[in-house]
Amino acid sequence: MKKIIKYVIIDLLRNRVMMAYTLMLFIISLSIFNLEDNSAKGLLSLLNIILIIVPLVSLLFSTIYVYNSSEFLELLVSQPLQRKTIWLSIFIGLVTVMCLAFAIGIGLPILLFEMSDVGLMMLFTGLLLSIIFVALAMLVSVIARDKAKGIGAVILLWLYFSIIFDGLVLFILFQFADYPLEKAMVGIAVLNPIDLSRILILLKLEISALMGYTGAIFKNFFGTTFGMVITFLTLITWAVIPTWLSLKKFKSKDL
Amino acid sequence: MIKANNINKSFGKLHVLKNVSVNCAKGECIALIGPNGCGKTTLIKSILGMVVCDTGFITFNGKNIAHDWEYRSQIGYMPQMGKYPSNMSIGQIFSMMKDIRKNNNTILDEELIESFSLKDMLGKRMNTLSGGTIQKVSASLAFLFNPEVLILDEPTAGLDPIASEILKEKILKEKQKGKLILITSHILSELDDLVSEVIFMQDGQLFFHKKIEQLKSDTGEQKLSKAIASIMHNK
Repeated sequence: MKKIIKYVIIDLLRNRVMMAYTLMLFIISLSIFNLEDNSAKGLLSLLNIILIIVPLVSLLFSTIYVYNSSEFLELLVSQPLQRKTIWLSIFIGLVTVMCLAFAIGIGLPILLFEMSDVGLMMLFTGLLLSIIFVALAMLVSVIARDKAKGIGAVILLWLYFSIIFDGLVLFILFQFADYPLEKAMVGIAVLNPIDLSRILILLKLEISALMGYTGAIFKNFFGTTFGMVITFLTLITWAVIPTWLSLKKFKSKDL
Repeated sequence: MIKANNINKSFGKLHVLKNVSVNCAKGECIALIGPNGCGKTTLIKSILGMVVCDTGFITFNGKNIAHDWEYRSQIGYMPQMGKYPSNMSIGQIFSMMKDIRKNNNTILDEELIESFSLKDMLGKRMNTLSGGTIQKVSASLAFLFNPEVLILDEPTAGLDPIASEILKEKILKEKQKGKLILITSHILSELDDLVSEVIFMQDGQLFFHKKIEQLKSDTGEQKLSKAIASIMHNK
């Protein structure tokens, strides 16, 4: 297993897209921290960028990478190796490099400029988001045989998680404005890892006071240690379930 | 050594393998022949576990391959169209495969690497190679780990006459060591002096599995190509 992970990581580290991604994150976070005189405000701007870019790059890059390694996969499958080993090695390789890029591009500036609770929380959720979206990308690429279909599905997934989901939530909120939905919103937030991360970080920032009654309910739930543990467990589940499903699918895939 | 029992495989609506049962014994050199699209490559891939059959099972040395993977260390496989990571060089492919497959008691067989003079182009990237050179790499990889079983899917397609002669000699040599060799090919004339048994497949079904002497005496022909032609004709 270690050997294959090694080859995947070496291959990914030489990848120019990965370097560009790291550099882009680094430049964005440095310039944001330098523009704002208050680094807490800088964090907030950075938050929105992280929540859009990290899932998109993790999804797209991983999907394309898995499709492009179809030859590598085919070569390995005919060798005395377990399919589980092959698939998990690719997953671990991708996750390692994605997390590395994030840690260098965003983590380093955060540690330099704003090493607070919020900063660390942001670093942590960013890493978790990278893992979750690599897992989702691998699930899509094992289901869809066709590369174009796979990439299309991944873009739709990203749109869903970052835009459509919020739209649906707003729609529900307005339609059922007469009912007390505050508690239900906690449950609904669990369905979207991006929202979950956003709530986690926003609650750490003091602006949650501006979010009204729902904000108070959120604070009551997500602000407590119990709530935080549940949230992190949910985020981990978001990574584990797609990985497990894709592994199951890959084991019986014809190559 | 390799036994397939009533295997069935469909790709969507296409029923590629229909109740195929074969028994390949050690020391034989078996030719797997049949028209295009009759399921030869699918059969080979299901033996390798690259394709998972719908029903039926395959055993290797008496062990079901469904949940086993170690048996593949005894197989050398040369695919019909070798596909390799395009950004790796020939040398990197070889060292990666050695890294993955080698354990302390394998004796590496680098004879083909030598005779195909691949040593001179170890630095070339896979995506710059011609089809024939890729075939040479595939062949060298299949023989590299001195496996007990060799599965060669159209080994000489795309090779120049000299290279295919080298490969044929190598196959003969390995056959004399008592290894099981499975070859698919459409060039029947070159199988004549290699094979000891013939499996003929048609439309996903096993048509016959005979010793070559018996096949020749049944048809009264001396050449494999003639024998197959007369069978196709009489059918």
